[in-house]
Amino acid sequence: MNAQVAPTPSRETVIEVRGLTNRFGTQTVHENLDLDVYRGEIIGIVGGSGTGKSVLLRTIIGLVRPVAGEVRVFGEDLLALPAERRSQVERRFGVLFQSGALFSSLTVAENIALPLVEHAHLPRVDATRLAGVKLALAGLPVDAGRKYPSQLSGGMIKRAALARALALDPEILFLDEPTAGLDPISAAAFDSLLVTLRNALGLTVFLVTHDLDTLYSTCDRVAVLSQRRVLAAAPIDEVAQTDDAWVQAYFNGPRGRAATRAAHPGRE
Amino acid sequence: MTTPSAPGTATLTRDPGGARLVLAGDWTLPHYERLQQRATELAGSIDATTAVDTAGLGAMDTSGAFVVAELLGSARTQALAQDETLPPARRALLKTVGDAIDTYCKGIKRPRDAGFVVMLERIGKAMSGFWKQTLKLLGFIGITLQGFGATVWRPARWRVTSLVSHIEQTSLDAVPILALLSFMVGCVVAFLGSTALASYGASLFTVDLVGIAFLREFGVLLTAILLAGRTASAFTAQIGSMKAREEIDAIRTLGLDPIELLVLPRVLALLIGLPLLTFIAMVAGIVGGGVVCFVVLKISPAMFLNMFQADIGITHFLVGIAKAPVFAFMIAVIGCMEGFKVSGSAQSVGEHTTSAVVQSIFVVILLDALAALFYMEMDW
Repeated sequence: MNAQVAPTPSRETVIEVRGLTNRFGTQTVHENLDLDVYRGEIIGIVGGSGTGKSVLLRTIIGLVRPVAGEVRVFGEDLLALPAERRSQVERRFGVLFQSGALFSSLTVAENIALPLVEHAHLPRVDATRLAGVKLALAGLPVDAGRKYPSQLSGGMIKRAALARALALDPEILFLDEPTAGLDPISAAAFDSLLVTLRNALGLTVFLVTHDLDTLYSTCDRVAVLSQRRVLAAAPIDEVAQTDDAWVQAYFNGPRGRAATRAAHPGRE
Repeated sequence: MTTPSAPGTATLTRDPGGARLVLAGDWTLPHYERLQQRATELAGSIDATTAVDTAGLGAMDTSGAFVVAELLGSARTQALAQDETLPPARRALLKTVGDAIDTYCKGIKRPRDAGFVVMLERIGKAMSGFWKQTLKLLGFIGITLQGFGATVWRPARWRVTSLVSHIEQTSLDAVPILALLSFMVGCVVAFLGSTALASYGASLFTVDLVGIAFLREFGVLLTAILLAGRTASAFTAQIGSMKAREEIDAIRTLGLDPIELLVLPRVLALLIGLPLLTFIAMVAGIVGGGVVCFVVLKISPAMFLNMFQADIGITHFLVGIAKAPVFAFMIAVIGCMEGFKVSGSAQSVGEHTTSAVVQSIFVVILLDALAALFYMEMDW
């Protein structure tokens, strides 16, 4: 779907999750979960509260050590790599955390310049100039760079965090609920920004979201987490047909129908 | 990106047909510095007629595109982004970066160098900050007194539970450390006195020295400084993290008064607790002095008490303890006020906690010095 925004993704796998099991105490979050993410696609991860969407994201980026199973990013098992190699792989992805996670003691521009100074070893002046470009890419005015995160609105924090995630020109972008807490206009702007950036920078985007409009307007594929595994991973219209109570309630509930109508005017 | 490859180059050739700018190699982040430098060198010699040759171009990311956009200017970048010979992804990248720069980046300048003017600016800022801070403190004292005046007549609005809990946290829990501290300082003062006075054959007056020092100054000063470090910081951190999580706003929207709910119990707790602690500190210090007198000067406890009773008037005690409520009020008010000044971040909580401790110790010592002058003039 969305042929106008999705240049047919090649089938090169960049993230490969096999037989993943995550357990906290007695509570099993994932059991034998498989998922593939292909280069250049935007994949949306949906699921009810507590189905482990964020945990899956954190497992893939190596923040959570799974009980069993294997996660390969660019064909490498992050947790098995020595620190130096791991850091090299980590530079190839950018993460936007749910509440931004901007460093509150640094200005926005310093936040973005930090990875440029630390990893690309740019002089601070150049890093700040490049940070300005990243800010502009994320749709923020350049004077936002001089502000501290506590002086920004929710939408601006998301954009600033996106700019930081983009700082090292990552190949994969992980987004944890990027449009949560944004007004519909900002959320729509964020969606179109995401598609523009994906097309321009050739990003692969791993998107955890609840926002049906985001799913319809940006995602090439949608993966549904339910019953501790991936129930379905396919283009959204196929997923919406899945015979499962939760999926039906999610995509064909009142909000789901509204989003479908918005995505396909004249249908239904 | 991580694959090693040829670094990006830009060469300007002058053919008979006109100048050509040849871009080749990888225009990516690892080569950014060199590319940026090259772009600065070439900047003057590129005009609207220069042809651009991108046939040899390798990888390009946003930083490379930024250098190209700066080198060519926005109009040429947009033209290049329309160039059909480039792959669509590259055109999209150039267009996005070009647009971004056009729309937003006009104001990027290299930061101004630090120097004398900046120093003056910072001195000025610090001075005006100090003035504003003083005004705020006076304002906050006013609000607190007003809140106190409004509730003191209405026992139903007294927050007794909160008050008692704060007395326990700020005063009762501080007793062991304060007593130990004062005891040790008492010993030190007595040692000091016995050695210094021995040369005049007046080491007996160590008793007077310890007594007067602790009753007039050390008892209350040690207590106030300890509580400034222990309690002012706690008040700031408590109220500050409530402020950061919008709990103060919630209190206001529930129609409650944060001054009455949060500030008054804390101020009153210190007003009650600090004089009591001061008394404990005085006793502990004098006991410490007495122990040293007994061990070093062989003055028996009975003789120590006799001398104490004969030489030291009640005025010294009154003069000392009278300062305690004033210090208590200032410490509590500064701690609470800094808490209310916290904004949003964890960093801010830390900054204001530090500021609360520094300010309250400063105010305590300043007031103590003023009081000493006043008492001297009054011959108390």
